[in-house]
Amino acid sequence: MRVALFITCVNDTLFPGTGRAVVTLLRRLGCEVDFPRAQTCCGQMHVNTGYPREGTRLARHFADVFAGYDAVVTPSGSCAAMVREQYPRLARTAAAAGRPASSGTARDAGGRAAGRTAPPSFAEEVAALVPKVHDLSEFLVDVLGVTDVGACFPHRVTYHPTCHSLRGLRLGDRPTRLLEQVRGLELVPLPGAEECCGFGGTFAVKNPAVSAAMCADKAHNVMATGAEVLCAADNSCLMHIGGALGRQRAGIRVMHLAEILAATESGETAAAPAGPAARTRTAPATRPLSAPAARTLAAPGGATPAGPAAGTPPEPGPAAHGRTGEER
Amino acid sequence: MSATFLGMPAFPRNAARAVGDSQLRFNLRKATRTIRGRRAAMVGEVPGWEELRAAGRQIKDHTLRHLDRYLLQLEEAVARAGGRVHWAADADEANRIVAGLVEATGETSVVKVKSMATQEIGLNEALAARGITAYETDLAELIVQLGDDLPSHILVPAIHRNRAEIREIFREKMAEWGRPAPEDLTDEPRALAEAARLHLRERFLSTKVAVSGANFMIAETGTLVVLESEGNGRMCLTLPETLISVVGIEKLLPTWQDLEVFLQLLPRSSTGERMNPYTSTWTGASEGQEFHLVLLDNGRTRVLADEVGRQALRCIRCSACLNVCPVYERVGGHAYGSVYPGPIGAILTPQLRGTDSGASAPPGGMPASAAPAPGGRMPASATAVSRGRMPASATAVSRGRMPASATAVSRGRMPASATAELDASLPYASSLCGACYEVCPVAIDIPEVLVHLRAKAPHPRAERLAMRAAGWVLDRPVRLARAQRLSGRLRRFVPRRLPGPAAAWTDTRDIPDIPAESFRDWWDRTDGGTR
Ligand code: SF4
Repeated sequence: MRVALFITCVNDTLFPGTGRAVVTLLRRLGCEVDFPRAQTCCGQMHVNTGYPREGTRLARHFADVFAGYDAVVTPSGSCAAMVREQYPRLARTAAAAGRPASSGTARDAGGRAAGRTAPPSFAEEVAALVPKVHDLSEFLVDVLGVTDVGACFPHRVTYHPTCHSLRGLRLGDRPTRLLEQVRGLELVPLPGAEECCGFGGTFAVKNPAVSAAMCADKAHNVMATGAEVLCAADNSCLMHIGGALGRQRAGIRVMHLAEILAATESGETAAAPAGPAARTRTAPATRPLSAPAARTLAAPGGATPAGPAAGTPPEPGPAAHGRTGEER
Repeated sequence: MSATFLGMPAFPRNAARAVGDSQLRFNLRKATRTIRGRRAAMVGEVPGWEELRAAGRQIKDHTLRHLDRYLLQLEEAVARAGGRVHWAADADEANRIVAGLVEATGETSVVKVKSMATQEIGLNEALAARGITAYETDLAELIVQLGDDLPSHILVPAIHRNRAEIREIFREKMAEWGRPAPEDLTDEPRALAEAARLHLRERFLSTKVAVSGANFMIAETGTLVVLESEGNGRMCLTLPETLISVVGIEKLLPTWQDLEVFLQLLPRSSTGERMNPYTSTWTGASEGQEFHLVLLDNGRTRVLADEVGRQALRCIRCSACLNVCPVYERVGGHAYGSVYPGPIGAILTPQLRGTDSGASAPPGGMPASAAPAPGGRMPASATAVSRGRMPASATAVSRGRMPASATAVSRGRMPASATAELDASLPYASSLCGACYEVCPVAIDIPEVLVHLRAKAPHPRAERLAMRAAGWVLDRPVRLARAQRLSGRLRRFVPRRLPGPAAAWTDTRDIPDIPAESFRDWWDRTDGGTR
C-alpha cells in the first residue's frame, strides 16, 4: 500500500525523529511511504487562534498536496482532527463566501493535480480527502489491521491520550492496544488520563498561568505512575508536558508513540542514518536519558533496515548519542 | 449582591491571580471533582443517553428555528390562564418593567428564587436603586448576597466558599438582613442549613411579591417550570400574592411532551441526581394571585442570527461544562467576569453583550455590573451602569482602550467597551480540550463556537504580525525549509529562558532542542532514508 506521510510542521521542524520512526515502522509493515515535498502545515494554529483566512489558505494547500493519495498518515492526533473536524467547516465558510478554491502553488509544486481541466472545489477536495486522512494508530489498527507491529521496548511506559485523539478522533484504546503488544514494554495506567495537559496551542502562552497549573497536575500524575517514559500520539502535548517534566528535573522522558512502535530488539528505530541529525548540544541535565534506553534507541553507526549509516553530515558534528534525547 | 464585573481586566490576568489562591483551588478541586463524578455515574446508568442528548438538541434547535411562532403561542396561552406577558428588549427595559410592577403593589421588598436571567440583567441592583430590596432565598445565593460577593458557578454560586467562611458570613451578616444567626453557630452543614432555614422562613411568610426565573416554558399550555433542590422555590412560587417571572426567550419548549426529555437530561447533568427534589410547574395566575411573565431578549435575537454561535441558546444551564472544565476548575467563576462563567460563559457572554465582533454593543447588552470582580466591590456607578446610564466620565478609561465605544457613549448607553477587553479574551479562556462538548446535555459544540468567536475577536497587533509572518513562511515549502535551516544553524544560541512573550513558555517549561536537520532535509539528503 502506498501512503503519503503528513509529517506536520511541528514534527518536521522540531521532531524529525518521529517522522523517521513513522517511515521505519510503515516500511516494516510493508507500506510504500511517500513524502510529498510540497506539504507545509494543516493550518490548525491559525484557525484555532482566530485567523481563519490564513488557516484556510493552508488547508487548501494541504488538500491540493494530498489529493492524489489513497491514504494520508500523520503522527499527530490533533492535526488529523483538524482535517476531519475543521476542514469541512472551513470549506462551508469558503463556499458561502463564494471564493474560488485554488492555492496554485501546491498544484504546481506537487504536480499531482496537473492535467485536470476543471479543478474540483475546495469542498469537493475536502469531502474526498477527509476519509483518507488517518492518525498513525488509526491507520495501523483500522486500515492495516495490525496491533502487533513487531516492536520491542523494554521499559515502563505510561500513555497520555491527548484531547484531540481522545475526544476529537475518538481513538479509544487503539494506541494502548498497540503498546500492549510491544515486547518488554510494561504499560502502566495514567491517573486522570483523560484530562487536558494544558497545552492547547497558543493557549499555552495566552493563558500561561492556567496552562502551567494544568500541566503541574498532569506531570504529578505522570510521576505517580513510576513510569520511565511518557508516551503520546502528539508531540505538541509532549513538548509541553516534557518541557515541564524537564524543568522539574523529573527524570522522565517523553516519546511519541511512533518512536516506541518503531523500536526493535536490534535497536534501530528510524530509517535514518544518524549523521547530521545527531545532537551536538550535550544532553541537558534536565532530560536524563537512562542508559539502557539510550542504547536501545540509539543506532550510532548501526544498520538500519533501509541502508547503512552512510549519510555525509552537511555540517561537522559528533556522532549520535541517543536519538530520543536529541530532539527534545 | 453589589459587586461588579465592570472594568475587569482580561481573563489571563484574572486567571493568574485565581490560580495562586490556594483556598480557592482547594475548594474548587474538591467541589468540581465531586459533582463531576456524580454526573458521570448518573449519566452512565441511562441506556441511550446519546439518543436523549440528540433529542434535547433537536427539540431546542427546532424551537429556536420557530421561536417567533412559539413565543406568540406562549403569550396567548399565558394570557388565557390569567397571566400578563411583558416583552423586554434589553436589561434596562426588563428592570424597568419589574420595578414598576413591584411599585404598583406598594411593596418595598421581594423574595427571589435563584435565577440566572435576573442576575444577567442586574435586577437586584436596579431594584435597590428604586428602593426595593430583593432577598435571595436559595442557600448559596443567600451566602453570596450576605457576603457582598459575586456568584462563581451557575448551580453552586458559592462554590468558592467553604464551611468556615460561610459560618463567618452568617454570623456577621445575617442580622443586617433579618433574623440573626444563632450565637452558637458551628460550621456543620446541618447547623448552617438550619440557620438559613430559620432566617428565610420569616422572609417567606412576610413578603408579598416574588421574583423568579424559569428553567422551561411550555408554549402549548403557557406553563412555566422551575427545578430546584431546597424547596425555597416552591415557597416563593406559591406564598406571595404577586409573582413576577423573568425568563429568556430561548427557554421555550413547544409541548409538555418535550419536557420529558429535559427532566431526564437536566438533573443528571446538573446536580448528578436521577430527579431533582422539587419540580414546580404553574400555568398563569392561581386564585387571588397575580402573575407576570417578562420575556427577555437582551441580545438573544442577535445571537440567534449567528449561524455558528446560536447553538449557545440551546443551553439549559446545567453547569456540567463548568464542572468538567480544567480551566474553570483552576480559576473559578469570577475570572470570567460574568454571571455565566466557565465554557458556556466564554461563548455566551461576548455574544450576549454584543462584544463578540470587537465592536460596541447595540443598545441594551448585558450589563457588566451584573456580577463582581474577584474580591472587588461595586463602585457607586455600577448601578447606573446596569441601568444603562453610565456617566461619560466613567468610560474615559475604557475609551482609551477601545475607540469603538465612542458611538456607544454618544448614544448614552453603557459602552460595551467597559468589558471589551475581558470579553475579547473569553474565547481564548480554553485549551479546546473538548470536555465541555462531551458532557453538554444539548450537545453544544463549545470548542467550535470558541474558535468561531476567536476569528471575530480583535487581535493584538504583535500577534497579528507574528501570525501573518508564520502564514507567509508556511505558504511555501521552500520558505519553510529555509526557516528550518536557519533555526538549525542558530540552535546553539537559543537560551534556556526566552525573553519577551516567549517567556510565557519558558517560565515554566524547557524548550525542546532544535534539531540540526529538519525532517524534509533528512528526506532529501537520504532519499527517504534509502541512501
Ligand atoms: S453549555 Fe451545555 S453543559 Fe454547559 S451549562 Fe449549558 S447545557 Fe449545561
